[in-house]
Order: sequence, then C-alpha cells, then structure tokens
Amino acid sequence: MSILVFAEHDNKSLKADTLKTVAAAQAIGGDIHILVAGSDCQTVADEASKVNGVSKVILADNAAYEHQLAENISLLVTELAADYSHILATALTTGKNFMPRVAALLDVAQISDIIAVQSSDTFVRPIYAGNAIATVQISDSKKVITVRTTGFDAVATDGSAEIVAIDTVTDAGISSHVSDQLTVTERPELGAARVIISGGRGMQNGENFQLLEGIADKLGAAIGASRAAVDAGFVPNDMQVGQTGKIVAPDLYIAVGISGAIQHLAGMKDSKVIVAINKDPEAPIFQVADYGIVADLFDALPELESKL
Amino acid sequence: MKVLVPIKRVIDFNVKVRVKADHSNVDLANVKMAINPFCEIAVEEAVRLKEAGTATEVIAVSIGAKACQEQLRTALALGADRAIHIETELTLDAINIAKLLQKIVEEEQPQLVILGKQSIDSDNNQTGQMLAALTNMAQGTFASEVKIDGDKVNVTREVDGGLQTVALNLPAIVTTDLRLNEPRYASLPNIMKAKRKPLDVKPADSFGIDLSPRTQILKVTPPAEREAGIIVESIDELVQKLKNEAKVIS
Ligand SMILES: Cc1cc2nc3c(=O)[nH]c(=O)nc-3n(C[C@H](O)[C@H](O)[C@H](O)COP(=O)(O)OP(=O)(O)OC[C@H]3O[C@@H](n4cnc5c(N)ncnc54)[C@H](O)[C@@H]3O)c2cc1C
Repeated sequence: MSILVFAEHDNKSLKADTLKTVAAAQAIGGDIHILVAGSDCQTVADEASKVNGVSKVILADNAAYEHQLAENISLLVTELAADYSHILATALTTGKNFMPRVAALLDVAQISDIIAVQSSDTFVRPIYAGNAIATVQISDSKKVITVRTTGFDAVATDGSAEIVAIDTVTDAGISSHVSDQLTVTERPELGAARVIISGGRGMQNGENFQLLEGIADKLGAAIGASRAAVDAGFVPNDMQVGQTGKIVAPDLYIAVGISGAIQHLAGMKDSKVIVAINKDPEAPIFQVADYGIVADLFDALPELESKL
Repeated sequence: MKVLVPIKRVIDFNVKVRVKADHSNVDLANVKMAINPFCEIAVEEAVRLKEAGTATEVIAVSIGAKACQEQLRTALALGADRAIHIETELTLDAINIAKLLQKIVEEEQPQLVILGKQSIDSDNNQTGQMLAALTNMAQGTFASEVKIDGDKVNVTREVDGGLQTVALNLPAIVTTDLRLNEPRYASLPNIMKAKRKPLDVKPADSFGIDLSPRTQILKVTPPAEREAGIIVESIDELVQKLKNEAKVIS
C-alpha cells in the first residue's frame, strides 16, 4: 500500500496538524508520501521532509496552487492518485473543501473525519454531532479520507525524506482568489493550544471577551467561542468551537457563559479536563465538566485571573 | 437565473440521538425530523435571490423515502417555486447522491446550486463538493456571503483562519455556513399555498445510475461517557484542583 498525505500549510510553514494526519497514515500502514502544493513553498517541503515515517515529499510549487483553490488542487491530487491506495487530508477547511472533489473525480466514496483506523479499509468516525460512533468499511479500491486531528497523536520530526519537485500545473480556470480577511492573533491556534478558554452568549458583548484575555495570557491559552457568541458578532467565525466549527481536545478547556448545547459539546467534549463557569446550575455544560463553578462570570473571571 | 436547492430530511437539531441496543445503527423511530438546518439556510438564500430579482425560479430537490416530501413542502412554504422528489428507500453514499443531483442539474440547467455545507446526521460535508466536481463547476463552500456579479459569483467563505473571498464562474455551487442568513419562519398562508405548488416524484432507479453502496456501517456505538465531575465552591478551590489534582496548570 502507498499513502498520499496532503500537507496543511500557509506557503511558509507546515501546520502541526499534518503530523497527526501522518500518524493516521502510519496506522493504516504502507509507504507514506506527503504532497506539498502551494506557491513559493520550498520551506514547507523542507519541513515536511523531516516528518517521521515519510519516504518522499512531492513538491508542486506553482502560482496556480497559491490559495489552494479546490478546483485546481483536486485536479492535481487526482492526477497523482494513480500511484496510491489511500489519499489522506486533515479535516480542516482546506481538506474539507477539496477532498470530496477528488473522491468524485475518482468515482469513489469519501470517509470524513476519521478518529481511528481499524484496518486498511475500516475506519471509525463520529456521526450525529459525536452522539454516536460509527465503524465504517469502504469497498472502493481507492480510499479518500479526511482525518480529525483530535483522534491521533502527532508523529515526531527527525526523519529525512527526499523531496521531489513536479511541474504538473492543473489550473481549472473557473475560480480565482479575491481576498483574505484573516484574524491576526499572537495566541496559539485553537487546534494546537494546550489550554482553551471559550466564551458564550453569557459574555454579553465583544468587549467583555477582554475578561478572557488576561487569563489566556497567564495560561498561554487560545480563545474560543460558542456559535451564539459568533452569530451575535462578539468575535470572528474562526473562533467557533463545535460540531460545525472547530473540533478541539486540549488538556484544559474552560467554558465561560456557555450552556453546553450538543453542537458545542461535539467540538470539545474530548478535552482532557473541562471547567465550566456558569450562573445556571442546571446548564448542561456541568454534565460534562470535571470542575464546575456556579457563579456570575463577571465576578469569577477577574478573581480567577488574579489567582493564577 | 434558476437556482437549485438540494435539501435533506434529518433528525431535528434539538434531539439527542440514541444508539440502538444491538449497535446496528442509531434509533430514529418516533424521532422528530426536520429540514437540515444548513439546507434551510440554502433555501433562504435562494429565496432572497429571487426576492432581489436576481433569481427567476427556485427549485428544491430531495432524495430519500416518501417522508422527505414533508421537508420539500417546508421549502415550498419558505418560498421555493417547485420541488422534485427523487424517491428511494436506500441510504445512499454522498457520491451517489451527487450523481443523482448531477442528472437534475443536467435537466434543469440552474446557474446556481446552493446546498448546506453538511448534514447534521452523517456530518460528512461532501455532497456539494462532489456535485461540483461531477458537473465541472466551481465551488464556494462554507459561504457567509454570496454576491452575484454578472457572469460570476463572489463567495465569502468561513475558513480556519478567518474569511476568504473567491470569484467563481457561473454556473457554480455554493454550500452554506451558519452566518449566511437567518432563515425566516413559514407563515400559515404560505404553508397553505405550498400544498398546491408542483412536486414531481421520480424513482431514483429511473436515472440509470449504479446506486450500490460503497460503504457499509459495521457498527454504531455510543460515545465514551465522561465521568461526572464536581461543583467547586470557590475560585481558590478551582485553582487548587487544577494545580494539584488535574495537574493541568502550574
Ligand atoms: C446546524 C447547527 C450547527 C451548530 N453548530 C454549533 C457549533 O459548531 N458550535 C456551537 O457552539 N454551537 C453550535 N450550534 C448552536 C447551539 O445549538 C447553541 O445554540 C449554542 O451553542 C449556544 O451558545 P451559548 O451556549 O453561548 O448560548 P446559550 O445557550 O444562550 O447559553 C448562554 C449561557 O450563559 C450563561 N450565562 C449568562 N450570563 C451569565 C453570567 N453573567 N455568568 C455566568 N453565566 C452566564 C447562561 O446561564 C447560559 O447557560 C449549532 C446549531 C445548529 C442548529
């Protein structure tokens, strides 16, 4: 078997999530190659060549791949697919965007968001917002899979794979990039943070999220949010944790003014330790919290910050 | 401009699903069903395009057992003009759903197809992208804004780092994210009117597509339960527990 892993990156550095997707590839077993598709992204390929268990890095460096448009990337991956039994990408917005396109071009099914590998054709994935866990077998000969990073531990980076540049250019010519409006933050990314503190509707407005900042500074935490907080415009969309936002599993997750709807729990209930701060003792979040405190967040947060 | 909106009947988002005792699947007997929330947002977006004079006709399509006509009627009540029901008792893989939708796209020639980004039951997030590949259309997934601009559509997408805007040639595929719009409620007169709107039924096996399953669910189990935690009485106690018991802060 041979496995192609699509690298998550921003043309400058390899995202640590890729190390977890490689772990999933190792669980399947076989010769593992990483595809780095982007523009001016040699440094990403250099990093990818150090990922353990990888024998080859394929570098497709071309302007057509700069923004990883699904139309172009899917054609590239489909062209490379002939050599592989499995194609894996991380279940983040880039992989979610282009992978089903690859599956359709190859006329195969896709298995999304796997959290465990049972064999080369059988995988485990959550369904119904994580309220059920399905074991799924796929009969197509080529397996197109996205990997939920919370299911796998990152592999180490002391390997040395060869880098092979290819000059295949697949430009579908039907879409173009207009602009990015990215959130700038000094904090760790939600997917990589060891500690996350999230605010919900109970925060009342965007300014009050500053109450979380001081605590996040002290704990080196990322800041997340519930859908209600994003919908209300308190914070940007990329902070949403949940079934349809980001799936996280940090060592410590602190939910502040969040009720604990199933859609929110779906995104954080695999965290190692969960703390809930909520003034309603009946809030469902307390059912998953290791430590709950029934309190007004406007009292609890300043006190917590001062005592850390 | 015609807009096609594929929709799915799913468990109501407020209901917590249970796994069957024999672990064969989840138990949907007597469970409240509804239009998938992301599909509802898709219908709303299409109807707004029609109200703005951009779209001329909104067609809702659903694939599934007879019961999904209820959700098609909901789409009609929300403002879709007509509906197509592709009837099957089978549970189809997304790739086969996309192939059936491809046939409808070929028949109807819509300029825009708007779908939900994922259904809240299987959580696959695949169908729109697969349909885009099969029809060789560009795709704007996880959309929070859709703006028609001549022969192009600009789609702002919710991505991991924030927002990204892409320009797509029409015809194109859009999949909805939560912030695209807030769907309206169907009014009683519109629910009544919806009953008289056209709803075509076509058997899924009449399209000449091999619908045999590519995946098989071997078992479905409940997730690991978290052990019940404790309520602490003070912030001091919380900090002490996090340091000394859970050892997650220092
Ligand atoms: C299709 C779909 C997808 C969804 N996806 C997601 C998702 O990915 N992520 C997500 O989070 N949600 C998602 N949701 C929404 C979800 O159902 C809930 O509506 C949402 O999580 C509620 O957010 P909340 O807990 O912040 O707000 P609420 O449910 O309103 O809870 C606010 C909480 O704050 C507490 N509170 C208020 N004031 C204070 C105070 N002063 N001090 C202490 N506590 C206080 C209240 O007691 C309450 O428990 C989705 C919904 C749908 C339909």
